[in-house]
Amino acid sequence: MSKCSCGQEVKDTREEKLEEIIAKYRGTKGALIPVLHEAQELYGYLPFDVQRKISEELNIPLAEIYGVITFYTQFSLVPKGEYRIQVCLGTACYVKGAGHILDKFKEILGIDVGGCTEDGKFSLDACRCVGACGLAPVVMINDTVYGRLKPTEVEGIIEKYRNE
Amino acid sequence: MEMVTLTIDNKVVQVPKDYTVLQAAKEANIEIPTLCFLKNINEIGACRMCVVEIKGAKSLQAACVYPVADGMEVYTNTPKVREARKVTLELILSNHDKNCLACVRNGNCELQKLAEQMNIRDLEFEGERHKLPLDDFSPSVVRDPNKCILCRRCVSMCKEVQTVAVIDTVERGIETIVSPVNGKSLSEVPCVNCGQCITVCPVGALREKDDTEKVWDALANDDLHVVAVTAPAIRAALGEEFGFPIGTPVTANMITALKRLGFDKVFDVDTAADLTIMEEGTELLNRIKNGGKLPLITSCSPGWIKFCEHNYPEFLDNLSTCKSPQQMFGALLKTYYAEKAGIDPAKIFIVSIMPCTAKKFEVKRPEMNSSGYPDIDVAITTRELARMIKEAGIDFSDATEKHFDDPMGDASGAGVIFGATGGVMEAALRTVAEVLEGTSLEKLDYTEVRGTEGIKEATVQLNSITIKAAVAHGLGNARKLLDRVKAGEADYHFIEIMACPGGCVTGGGQPIQPSRVRSWINLMAERAKALYTEDKNLPIRKSHENPTIKKLYAEFFGSPGSHKAHELLHTHYTARENYPE
Ligand code: SF4
Ligand code: SF4
Ligand code: SF4
Ligand code: FES
Repeated sequence: MSKCSCGQEVKDTREEKLEEIIAKYRGTKGALIPVLHEAQELYGYLPFDVQRKISEELNIPLAEIYGVITFYTQFSLVPKGEYRIQVCLGTACYVKGAGHILDKFKEILGIDVGGCTEDGKFSLDACRCVGACGLAPVVMINDTVYGRLKPTEVEGIIEKYRNE
Repeated sequence: MEMVTLTIDNKVVQVPKDYTVLQAAKEANIEIPTLCFLKNINEIGACRMCVVEIKGAKSLQAACVYPVADGMEVYTNTPKVREARKVTLELILSNHDKNCLACVRNGNCELQKLAEQMNIRDLEFEGERHKLPLDDFSPSVVRDPNKCILCRRCVSMCKEVQTVAVIDTVERGIETIVSPVNGKSLSEVPCVNCGQCITVCPVGALREKDDTEKVWDALANDDLHVVAVTAPAIRAALGEEFGFPIGTPVTANMITALKRLGFDKVFDVDTAADLTIMEEGTELLNRIKNGGKLPLITSCSPGWIKFCEHNYPEFLDNLSTCKSPQQMFGALLKTYYAEKAGIDPAKIFIVSIMPCTAKKFEVKRPEMNSSGYPDIDVAITTRELARMIKEAGIDFSDATEKHFDDPMGDASGAGVIFGATGGVMEAALRTVAEVLEGTSLEKLDYTEVRGTEGIKEATVQLNSITIKAAVAHGLGNARKLLDRVKAGEADYHFIEIMACPGGCVTGGGQPIQPSRVRSWINLMAERAKALYTEDKNLPIRKSHENPTIKKLYAEFFGSPGSHKAHELLHTHYTARENYPE
């Protein structure tokens, strides 16, 4: 695990930290969820190697860990961008054209749902209702909410973050 | 056990206090439909097919997990109950790939059966369905997630019983599927190919890799001398596919059907089982006498071998170097038999009929060709053979051919019981005691190693040594036993391990019994009975007294453990990484 996503060789201190995290919870009941949480904070997502390490150390089958990760939306199997774009596909947003908004993001960023741009700047996800149906269609970028969005506005928003 | 009294549909029943409503109903001969439930394996109350009304309870309850209580009043057949079950079933069917006509489980499917029982005539909902890819890269098991009803029986089997745990539920809501990690194929994860997941699947979502086409092709090819070799467990279960009661031995029907299919010769793998005993027994005594690696662990079960290679590489040197009887037999047929019969081994095509899906992987292991030819050409399961017999329209009640073909026709009772857990151990003890140790023993039945207890032990006093033996069946039990050996808590000389719970009689390639049958009987014991009966009735019950075996050593191998025997009958193992990068 000596390569980071930007491709440069770096000394990875995260492995040690991961071991510390695991050691902290080892032997406690329900250790898996907090370990996954902290590991995700550490790596930004849960790479296969990390899952495997947790599986070996906590003696929990890898298939079960993978099942847990895919069950909870808070866990991610792929790297997330510096700006995490989440397009709400809840019923209200969907009816108001969230699908078109999502397509626009895909088109401009050149990535699919669940993907991350090569420069690591943007990642794109579809999410379930975020509870802001009055503002439908809604997009969240990190913690900022954009409501009543039109497909034509997408380009401008991306530009704004690109230049930041 | 304390008893409680309750009424089910106004019928008074008295049952032990720890029963579920489903068990109590069974006792009262009232059938409650189930789908996810499989006794002792999957009791999770997930599908809600088994709901009943319980007086005083607010909502309908799942009978398979609901405990009985004194004075309880249960109703299993009210309009509310029937309606709820129907809706549940229709919802499952709404996103099921309902192509029964072209489904491997057509006629033996628990879902299909329920639809019939519940008089489903009209499917009201048509759910959202996306076609998911088939996983058919494993040599043994094919996964079709489009047929999966998410009962999780396979997950419980793989994770809790076998402790292999390579499949689990993934994703959530409508996206939920049962899958190996990361969308991988079963061939890319440490699946041991045991096929136990198949035998518990109520529907056609899991099946064996079908190799019958290769067999048909060979049978149609006049240049080939096509030989069938059948494992001991086949005769104990094949009859079930043709309506015979469970546990009926159908040896003659099977031989007859194989002949009718066009096999040139039909041999009994039990002969090779006897050979295995000679080789393995010799290996055991040599190791004991020369301070070799102990305990010696049996190597007949390819699912167990792969499990060991993945999870217990430190025990690889404990494994007997003997090939499994299947592989030994193949090597023997393509050398000794080819020579005797004057047939070019390149023209001999061997089809093994096995109770096992892991055998499909074993025949493909690159080291299994010491004669210069693959030991076995194709391995098919009991189920595949049954399908071939049906397809050919053969009358299975015909039992004209009573005997396996010469010159490999003899097998001892010891070879026959190889098919049940404890059988290899018992067979070995019969021979080790007598020939190899020179003690003549009255005792033939080692009942301590029989039966379906997960781990069994026996101590046998011979002339010069005491042999401490243990038997484990099912990989979860194997794991327990090995962990004890590893921790120094147990010291055995000899351990028998079979991957499948019950041994080969309940192997992953055997006929599938639905939950409503399997949950209420001891399937392993019922089928094993067929083998122990045959053993008892055979004139020869010890491997070393089998005339074919005697002749083989006299004419061909010299002695057990000879150089030639090693070349053809022994093998080696490879440590395997679990999830390579
Ligand atoms: S799994 Fe059962 S219900 Fe589904 S297609 Fe096959 S036979 Fe029909
Ligand atoms: S074949 Fe055996 S090891 Fe493989 S998935 Fe099925 S139960 Fe698990
Ligand atoms: S594959 Fe079969 S046993 Fe496994 S969850 Fe699906 S239906 Fe049940
Ligand atoms: S909930 Fe009882 S059989 Fe599924």
